[in-house]
Amino acid sequence: MPSTEATESQEGQGRPEDIKAVPVRHPGRWITAAIVLLITVAIINSVATNPRFEWSIVGQYLFDPRILHGVRITIELTVVAMIVGIVGGVLLAVMRLSPNPLVSGASWVYIWFFRGTPLLVQILFWSYISALYPKINLGIPFGPAFIHADANSLLKPFLVSVLALGLNEAAYMAEIVRAGIISVDEGQSEAAASLGMSRLLTMRRVVLPQAMRVIVPPTGNETISMLKNSSLVSVIAYTELLYSAQLIYSVNYKTIQLLIVASFWYLVMTSVLYVGQYFIERRFGRGFSRAEQAGMRERWLGFGRGSAGGAP
Amino acid sequence: MSEPMVKAEGVHKRFGRLEVLNGISLEVKAGEVMCLLGPSGSGKSTFLRCINHLEKINSGRLSVDGELVGYRETGGKLHELRDSEVCGKRAQIGMVFQHFNLFPHMTALDNVVEAPVKVLKLRRAEARERARELLAQVGLAEKADSYPAQLSGGQQQRVAIARALAMRPKLMLFDEPTSALDPELVGDVLDVMRQLASQGMTMIVVTHEMGFARGVADTVVFMDAGVVVESGKPDDVISNPQHERTRTFLSKVL
Repeated sequence: MPSTEATESQEGQGRPEDIKAVPVRHPGRWITAAIVLLITVAIINSVATNPRFEWSIVGQYLFDPRILHGVRITIELTVVAMIVGIVGGVLLAVMRLSPNPLVSGASWVYIWFFRGTPLLVQILFWSYISALYPKINLGIPFGPAFIHADANSLLKPFLVSVLALGLNEAAYMAEIVRAGIISVDEGQSEAAASLGMSRLLTMRRVVLPQAMRVIVPPTGNETISMLKNSSLVSVIAYTELLYSAQLIYSVNYKTIQLLIVASFWYLVMTSVLYVGQYFIERRFGRGFSRAEQAGMRERWLGFGRGSAGGAP
Repeated sequence: MSEPMVKAEGVHKRFGRLEVLNGISLEVKAGEVMCLLGPSGSGKSTFLRCINHLEKINSGRLSVDGELVGYRETGGKLHELRDSEVCGKRAQIGMVFQHFNLFPHMTALDNVVEAPVKVLKLRRAEARERARELLAQVGLAEKADSYPAQLSGGQQQRVAIARALAMRPKLMLFDEPTSALDPELVGDVLDVMRQLASQGMTMIVVTHEMGFARGVADTVVFMDAGVVVESGKPDDVISNPQHERTRTFLSKVL
């Protein structure tokens, strides 16, 4: 029977004293800090005292029901379009890695097309799709159709927006997912195979969970981008947050104030996403670091002092 | 006389135009320990990987426990096995890798529990109980909840052995299990393997540990350039090699 390695260090017994040294001073850091502080105060002062900002109007519309409705639509759009994007992205990524050249080629063409044309153009294109296909029939190609629909009544602004945003996102997510899958060491698949795990099981239980560590941070960024890019569907007159604000200022001409209101809500939503991403990253980083990394607290406490090895 | 556990007849393997295995023929009986020795690039690891079909052989016949690896023979014709059938065969053969290849996102215990639950469809409670026994057997009972990154190389390799044993394999393949370890950690892993051999496990071990080969192996096979140069009892091959190539190799490693 092997014994386990004893790795406890022997602390507390005649431990030598810690080094006490005068830390290095960093006068440059204090000077730059003072300059940054000065500029910040100047900006805040100007924004607060310039009467043309009309902050009372901003406050008046901040919780306007039309604005809040726009916020809700923006969240719905972001969530549904991201689900379409992620599901489509995983599918496209697995297709890209398929040994069948037609399957991987199809994925390549999709990604090439949707990444190669502007999102704004795609949104406009989808909004006019009913001009190309007034009737939509779902069925076997060149065979019988099972579902008949009128394109104009089926393709409501929400569906058009979700299609445009989601299908575009899928192309970007595909590359992110593929990079994640490739980043997992081949030995992992071999070990799983040697245990009799099928390819699907290996992908689901071994490869994808590890790929998540690579996939999650850029997906967080994509979600934040999506939240902001959803404002593009204002061009097809869908009442998400930006278009809701536009509808109001087209009547009362308080353009800047309503753009500030919209920006405020976009910032609130992206901030929430930042917090969510932090926790998700921590969850999928499990097992990959021996010790937790130094947090913000240590960085702030170390400011202006000579910190060994921890300087950014 | 019963069927040998592993039987290879004229096994060839090419990577592109490179002939890696050039007609390997050998037999491993049930309960026997075989050590494969030889310089790097001699095809030892490739041969090991052919046995559980991680690599496909190009010609020859290779069978485990009387059944062809990767094929079924009906009416004098070879049919490729379906993926699910290959998986079923692999589940009966344990493999330990040079770089451990533990699943880093799972604890030691979950590494051992995973395949029995997902492949053998054991109940999780039962699999966990058995996994704890196996971890205790390799001397790591108290490391069950550690992640691989928190374990030393030797500890990781012993978890990897426990993971393979959890499938109750009839054959264990070891691909240079101690080559990536610090010298002081090699002993613990070899102890576990010795213990396994004494319990009657059939093992094929690719190794550079001459002491282990001499002490544990029933048969030692010396390979070079994709062929078996000589094989026999460890004392004969290691202490009294007949071929010049074996002698030059041994003089470098001993």
